[in-house]
Formats: sequence, structure tokens, C-alpha cells
Amino acid sequence: MSDNILEVKNVVKNYADHRALDHVSLTVPKGVIYGLLGPNGAGKTSLIRIVNQITGPDEGTILFDGRPLSENNIYDIGYLPEERGLYKKMKVGEQLLYLARLKGLNKEDALEKLKEWFIKFDIKTWWDKNVEDLSKGMQQKVQFVATILHQPKLIILDEPFSGFDPINANLIKDEILELKEKGSTIIFSTHRMESVEELCDYICLINQSRKVLEGRKSEIKQQFKPNTFSLDFTGGLNGDNTTFIVQKSRTDTEGLISATLEARPVFSSNDILKELVDRVHVISFREDMASMNDVFLKSVKF
Amino acid sequence: MKNILLIIQREYLTRVRKKSFIVMTILGPVLMGLMYAGIIWAAISSINQKKIEVLDQSGLFRDKFKNSSSYVYEYMKGDLDGLKNDLKKSGADALVYIPANVFEQPKSVKIYSEKGVSLEVQSRIEEEIENEIENIKLTEAGITRSTLENAKVKVSAETISLKAGEEKKSSATAASIIGGIAAFLIYMAVFIYGAQVMRSITEEKTSRIVEVLISSVKPFQLMIGKIVGVALVGLTQFGLWIILTTAIFAAGGRIMADKMQKAPAAMTEMQMNNMPPEAREAMKDQSAVADAMPDILGAVSTLPVGTIVFCFILYFIGGYLLYSSLFGAVGSAVDSETDTQQFMLPITIPIIASFAIAQIVIRDPYSPLAVWASMIPFTSPIIMMVRIPFGVPAWQIALSVTLLIAGFIFTTWLASRIYRVGILMYGKKITWKELGKWLFYKV
Repeated sequence: MSDNILEVKNVVKNYADHRALDHVSLTVPKGVIYGLLGPNGAGKTSLIRIVNQITGPDEGTILFDGRPLSENNIYDIGYLPEERGLYKKMKVGEQLLYLARLKGLNKEDALEKLKEWFIKFDIKTWWDKNVEDLSKGMQQKVQFVATILHQPKLIILDEPFSGFDPINANLIKDEILELKEKGSTIIFSTHRMESVEELCDYICLINQSRKVLEGRKSEIKQQFKPNTFSLDFTGGLNGDNTTFIVQKSRTDTEGLISATLEARPVFSSNDILKELVDRVHVISFREDMASMNDVFLKSVKF
Repeated sequence: MKNILLIIQREYLTRVRKKSFIVMTILGPVLMGLMYAGIIWAAISSINQKKIEVLDQSGLFRDKFKNSSSYVYEYMKGDLDGLKNDLKKSGADALVYIPANVFEQPKSVKIYSEKGVSLEVQSRIEEEIENEIENIKLTEAGITRSTLENAKVKVSAETISLKAGEEKKSSATAASIIGGIAAFLIYMAVFIYGAQVMRSITEEKTSRIVEVLISSVKPFQLMIGKIVGVALVGLTQFGLWIILTTAIFAAGGRIMADKMQKAPAAMTEMQMNNMPPEAREAMKDQSAVADAMPDILGAVSTLPVGTIVFCFILYFIGGYLLYSSLFGAVGSAVDSETDTQQFMLPITIPIIASFAIAQIVIRDPYSPLAVWASMIPFTSPIIMMVRIPFGVPAWQIALSVTLLIAGFIFTTWLASRIYRVGILMYGKKITWKELGKWLFYKV
């Protein structure tokens, strides 16, 4: 047993003409939602395939729950690939049963669990339908059920929200949170920063086959904060300021001024606020936070 | 192992439960039965009475043309030109003109008609006239027809193969029929079920379910599971075909036999003559077959039946495994079925070639070509099955089967190397060079 469900150490993966992963190491703690970010072609899918044992690493080791990744771990992992696919001409119920049994469930348990999910998602009428008769969104739901039915310790979701309408996307989001509550760890690969913002506890950013950054989302955001402040005030803010520089300011018709202040080195928000209180009438003062979008763009540029 | 069984089960059940499988399995033998019934029925019932006028200036054929259910003859008098003009009015199908000097110049007989006469009518009239002239000539020479018939002898040689000191009665005909059928069935099976494996692998790849599957099972397990599953489907279908066909032909045979028993009694020579030539030929053939039947059955019982059945199953499975893994490799390499063409050719050539070689081997099952082709794993499933009914030394069968097993282990290995890379490779134009590289990829 280990505090980390997954530890990837110095993994290298080469393809014929390029290196997909270049000494990538990362650690996924238990019971978190872990965002695996990066532009297209960065190596995310290669890494996910290695964790799923679809391919093997050329170098490096992978620990699952503290022990080297072994063949039996496939039963502890649920994987939803980015490119969804099911047998088109197979009935929904049969298909889910088959996929669940491949993941090690016996027939009775699988049926029992499937019934629960069919009731939960209100899709009881789909059991005997062919997959090709379902809409794309419905197929996604079926595939989501297939991914998590065997209650894996680690769930890997590659772009889980693509193809879902907002209602179903919310439904899936709630399910993901519930799975986390129940103790599963979720690795979540995406380019959609708003869902990262909303769901992830940890993030890891991969760019050009290398890990660029990794850590708690809040810490990373702290690290990337622009060190600027948004200020709304009335009055005059001319002349020299010791603690800050005015980057831009705009006056609206009511005489309210909105400005962005950049802190001079060493000075904190309190220092700036002290200086301001003496000089102007402060209406609102707030430190600017880095959005995940900013973090992503900044890291990828370097 | 548990997962391979699950895969086999799925591959088998989804196919066997398909409507197309059930329809084909039942319809195949029924269609065969119907086809034969249709041919026999058509031969017997396609009788359409024709009216034929005869102008016989030689006077030799008076009352020689016999009326029947299919032909009505009418002897005419008068001159040829007049009758020719009246032909349309009289409603006759044809006018036969036999000149006075027909005996000396048999080629001067003429048949006139509005719509043109069928080959059948022409040959029938020619035959009647030939027979009559022949009779006259025979009579002149002092020979009766019955003397002549008695002089004819039918020879059917019996072939005896000397093997290991024992003298065995065998029938080359029976051996080549059995061998030919077995070879053809294997040829069909390799194509039908090999293509099924290929199509289903491409389908899994393009529908992208393969990525979900190989996160649960090893690609090799998935491939083997599919190949074995389809093999079982093939054995089921062939088994059912053989059972159903036998049942249908047995039932049909009994009905035919009933009629045949009554028929000869009721059928006079007259009626025999009334039948159109094809039907008569068919009847003759059938009676010939019926005469030969005990002989053939006798010969079959001298064939190594046990060996044939055992080897058929062995080569059926071996040949299928060898080729279907190659078909599978092609299926995994391409993005859609239409791209399979360029890779199919090298696989289909040996299959088609072995079927072509089989035609030669059937005539000479002990030639060096036959022996070599029955050893090479790519041709042996078809060629060896042609040879076995003729009797093949056990060591040759053992060697051939060993090579076949080695062959399919090799092709399966080759296929699995390509398969594991191919199923995850999308949107790439695949070349032979590329496939070669895949063999040595580390996955």
C-alpha cells in the first residue's frame, strides 16, 4: 500500500521517428482528480497507453499502488479512450456485460451492477437496443458505464466531456465527483481548461514529450499568479507610488476608475493597500489569480 | 485464458445468432437440393408439342416418323414451293423436305420454318433419318439391328492398387471425386472464414472499440480468440451443411427411387422415345449412374475413410489457421476494407494456385509436383486432401501435418507482430516496407 496510486519514474518511449516521452516522471496521489494536460501530440496518449499496458515503456518504471505495474492491474484500471467505440451491431446490455467480464467481473456481479447503473442513468429501455441505434451522446453514456462498472481504483478519462451536451456533461461531472468521494482516483486528460479549473485537485502539464510542471492546482496557480491587483476607486492616483506601478486605468461615466496595479518587488498586497487607503477612496481591491488557461499558455510557450 | 474463452464465446455467439448465418446454413443445402430437383424437373417437363410437316419424295419414310407427346408429324403431298408458301397458314412449326435421292445424298435433306428450328428438332429429325437409312443399309447387308446391338460392349476398367503386398480394389473415380470435394471445401472455407476474420478485425479497428478491448486483454489474446471463434463458426456451418445436405438428398433420393421403381414398369420403349433427347440422355445417365452406384459405393468403402475424415478436419483447421492469421494481419493494417486489396493478392495467390494445382494432382496424385505441393504448408491443405483418397504413405501425412503446424505457428507469430502495431495505427498510408518494420517494433 502506498499513498500514491500511480508513480511514473523516468519513463522514455520512442517511436520509429520520434521520442514520445522523454524521461517523464509523475506521481498521482490516491483519491484525487488529476489533470493530465498538454497540447495535441505532447505525449499524453502515449503515457496513458503505457499505464494501461497497451504498450510498454522503453525505459523507466511504473508503480501501481506502490508495486510495479503488473498484468493483474488491468482489473484495477478503467479507461475511457478519447476515440470512443463500441460494437455497433451488438446489443447494449450484452456488450456491457462482455466488457465487464473482460475486466474480471463474474456474470452475476456484472448483471447486478449494470442494473444499478441502468436505473441510475434512466436507460433501462436501452438494454436490448443495438448500439448503432443510439445517438452519439447515448453511446458515450454507455461507454462511460463500461469504464467504471468494475469499480476500478484508477479511472483514466481521455477528454470525457467531448460529445456530451451540457446536461449530460453535468451528469458525468457529478458521477466523477461521486467516484472520487467513494475513493477512486481519476486521471483526466483534456485541453478544456474550464473543466480542469472546476474539477482537478492536481495537474501535470506535458509539452513536447517532457513534463513541464506538476503539483497541486492551487499551488501552481499561486506560482503563476501575475502579481497584479485589480482596483476600483474614486479620487486621484497621480504622482509617484512606492509600492506599485499603474499598468492601466479606465474611468467610467460615473467617475469610477478601474485600474490594474503591478506590485513593485518585495511589496505585498497589504503594503499596497496601506498606501492606497491614504490616497484614494477604495471601492474594491483584489489580487489577480492566474487562470488555468494562463498557466497552460505560459508553460507551453517556453 | 479466461479472457480468451470469453472472446471466443462472443465471436462465436454473435456470428451464429446472426440472421444471415441461420439463413445461409439452412438455405445452402435447400438451394442445392432445389437446383438438382429443378434440373431434373425441367428435363422431364419441358415438353412442348411441335407440329412438323413432312414432304417425303423418296417414299422411304412412310410412317417411320412416330407421333409423340412432343412431336406430331403430318405427311404432305404436293410440290415444295407450294408447301413452303402455305407453311405459315398451316400453323406447322417446320417443314421437312426429303428429296428422292436422299439415299445417295443424305445431305440434301432440308428443314424449313418460319421462326427457325431448335437444335433439338434438327438433331431429332436427322437422327430419325440416319437411323432409317442405316436400317435399310444394314438389311441390305443382311444384318439386323439386334445383332449389331449385341456386338456392342461396354468397358469399365477396374483399377487395382498394390500397396504393401495387399491387393486392394480401388476406384480412381471415387477417389478423385472425394478428393476434389474435400479440396474444394477447404478452399471455400479458407476464403469465406479468412475474409470474416479480416473484416471483423478492420471493423473493431475502425469502430475504435479495440482500444478499450486491449486495455483489458493482450492483443495476441484478442486475435487468437477471434480466429478460434470464427473457426468454430466454420466447423458448425460445415457440419450443419453436411448433415442437412445428406438429409435432403436422402429424402430426395427416396422419392426418386419410389418413382423410378414404378417408372420402368410403366415406361414402354414408346414412351422412352417420346421424351425429348435431353431427358432420354438424362435417363440413360441416371441408369448408368444407378448401375455404377454399387461399384462406387464399394470403391468408397475400400478408401481410407477414417483417414480421410480425420485428415479433412486436420487440414481444414490447419489451412484455416494458417491463412486466417494472415488475413487478420491485413485487416489490422488497413483503415477500411477497401484498402485491403493490395495486401490480399499475395495471400490469395497461393490459395488459388493450390486449387489450380489440385486439378493436375487429381490426374496424377503421385507426381513430384503433387508430393512437393502436399508438403509446403501454403498449398498442403488443399493438395494433400486431393491425394489422401488415393492412398498416401503415413510418413508423408505426418511430415506434411508437422510442416503445416510449423507453418501456422510462423504465420500466427508474423500476424501478431503486425496486428499489435496495426490496430493502433490510424490514417497512415501503409506500404509493404512499413509492414516489414512493424515486425521489429518494440511495443
